[in-house]
Amino acid sequence: MELSFQTVMSQVMLGLNNGAFYAILSLGLAVIFGLLNIVNFAHGALYMLGAYVALLGFTSLGPLIGMPDFHLNYWAALIVAPLVVGAVGIVIEKTMLSRLYKFDHLYGLLLTFGLALIIQGVFTNFFNVSGDPYEAKPEILNGAVNLGFMMFPKYRLWVIVISLAVCFGTWYVIERTKLGSYLRAGTENPELVKAFGVNVPLMITLTYGYGVALAAFAGVLAAPIYSVSPVMGSEMIITVFAVVVIGGMGSIMGSIVTGLLLGMVEGFTKVVYAPASSTVIFLIMVVVLLVKPAGLFGRES
Amino acid sequence: MKNLFSNVALSVAVLAMTSGMAGAASKGVSDGVVKIGVLTDMSGVYSTLGGKGTQVGVEMAVKDFGGKVLGKPIQVIGADHQNKADIASAKAREWFDNEKVDMITGLLNSGCALAVQKLGGEKKRITMNTGAASTELTNKACTPYSIHYVYDTYALGKVTGQAVVQNGGKSWFFLTADYAFGHSLEENTTKFVKAGGGKILGSVRHPLSTADFSSYLLQAQSSGAQIIGLANAGGDTTNAIKQAREFGIDKKGQTLVGLLIFDTDIKSLGLSVAQGMQFTSGFYWDRDKATRDFAKRYYAIHKAMPTMDQAGAYSATMNYLKAIKAAGTDDPDAVMAKLKSMDISDFFAVNGKIRADGRMVHDMYLMEVKKPSESKGEWDLLKIVKTVPAADAFMPLSESTCSMVKK
Repeated sequence: MELSFQTVMSQVMLGLNNGAFYAILSLGLAVIFGLLNIVNFAHGALYMLGAYVALLGFTSLGPLIGMPDFHLNYWAALIVAPLVVGAVGIVIEKTMLSRLYKFDHLYGLLLTFGLALIIQGVFTNFFNVSGDPYEAKPEILNGAVNLGFMMFPKYRLWVIVISLAVCFGTWYVIERTKLGSYLRAGTENPELVKAFGVNVPLMITLTYGYGVALAAFAGVLAAPIYSVSPVMGSEMIITVFAVVVIGGMGSIMGSIVTGLLLGMVEGFTKVVYAPASSTVIFLIMVVVLLVKPAGLFGRES
Repeated sequence: MKNLFSNVALSVAVLAMTSGMAGAASKGVSDGVVKIGVLTDMSGVYSTLGGKGTQVGVEMAVKDFGGKVLGKPIQVIGADHQNKADIASAKAREWFDNEKVDMITGLLNSGCALAVQKLGGEKKRITMNTGAASTELTNKACTPYSIHYVYDTYALGKVTGQAVVQNGGKSWFFLTADYAFGHSLEENTTKFVKAGGGKILGSVRHPLSTADFSSYLLQAQSSGAQIIGLANAGGDTTNAIKQAREFGIDKKGQTLVGLLIFDTDIKSLGLSVAQGMQFTSGFYWDRDKATRDFAKRYYAIHKAMPTMDQAGAYSATMNYLKAIKAAGTDDPDAVMAKLKSMDISDFFAVNGKIRADGRMVHDMYLMEVKKPSESKGEWDLLKIVKTVPAADAFMPLSESTCSMVKK
């Protein structure tokens, strides 16, 4: 395939679309790592959980509550799924993670990895691993728009726009508002912030809840285009971790920008040499770790 | 003195060896039990189409057979190979060496299948493969103790490829999973497309478990091919089909053809997306009364209709037990001789026969996905367009490169 301007631009757009997912997932990881020092391996499973909340809300919730005609529509799912999964996250933080802060990173990593395996195993037991169809895509997002160089599905455009909005909104809150400064201070020196009368444990709990709610949000966004399957998260999470490492663990802006960029690099690789598309990100990771071990946007300590 | 000792030791050893050999050749069941191992993907990407459902099929067969053969009990055990050839091979070794497993079935995933089949050949234990697709199992990698039971990439490529070309689908572009199975499926299909006067405009090889196919689909679209052939399986196939719909590729005159599709994939896509697609299968639960009767009993246990792998595991187990009974022993050589000489005929296999290379040939089916309006229930998914006779569906024995085929 020759690399015309049109081809390159279409691939860049598609890459941006995948990059939007990477960005929103790696952002959640960065927030959690930055403020809690937890490497949240359950992120992929919670992303999957978000997609399933949307799916089951649409297909099974109505019959379950005795109203067979009730379907949780897509827009509602975008709000409900993050809330439900966020609540699950809060329970996980309160009952398990909060006991591990005094130990090494490794313990949090092992715990969340175990949780991911359990959640994924339970879902594999009950659902079709090849995926289930989610048919609640709203009418208004059907069809395609002409971008000049390609016909781009409206839904994917929507994913790019809303993801960017959520990402930069999160960045703004953490880096530019008073609430954000509490959060950052709370992780820097919890004792001192407590002395000012701020409820640090609650803040940390809510941060974890928000981080995993972001994962669930991405899950709902993914439901209409990718298959909703128990393994959707485990396939995604490894790439996303590579993105976080390249961007610099814990760097909010780093994770967003790196996510988008790597999505595009990956998209471009798919045209140039497709078999390498699943490895190109890891190749970049190796190079970055050699040249700049703290990541592109990370601060050397 | 030293001489005497070594002489005694030698004769003991010789005695032990000969008595061991005599034991193996004697009648009856060795070590008092016939043990069948189900080794397959129990938790990963293929676990819905195989997995525990395959073990259910095997257990049903054992129960239907009466739970005993030649007066000895039959046991079934299962394990997850996690789609990793090293785990599959380690588990099989443990089963053969310590657990006295006589036969292993299931074996989804060609990589795992090849590893276990090779080991079975070394240890003289039977493998009856119901899950994997690669034709290598009955060619280069064949052993005197291996049987490939349900389908292979040759039959899939031939039946679907010929049917599509005959219907006017002359120019093809492949989306191929980048590992042994995908390559073999593309190669086999290409052969029959070209033989039918079709041409291949290009192909792209994607990594296994790709979530986003849009980039590859655009490449396929710009090739201008009438047919986009999907030489992949499971989640890769369903994602590709779903996203082709999203980009409106089917509306612009290009048709997607899935080369390996299971009932569970159709469930995953939904009839509104999948309708009209044609593909090849070795079994469909709603073919006739016998298949429906089996499927109903199976559904009562597993809460899903059997796929070709799962129904095939029932049939393989049943015929294995029949062969033991007829041979009067579970000695692998005697059982294999019996299996290769008897007719394989039940609800699953029509006109079945196990050839010298281990290939079980039987009638295959060209299937078409029903329209939502034609479907009368959750599992009413497909109709049979054409029955392809056993002799036409599979690679002719004369083409097999298996060393056991006498030329």
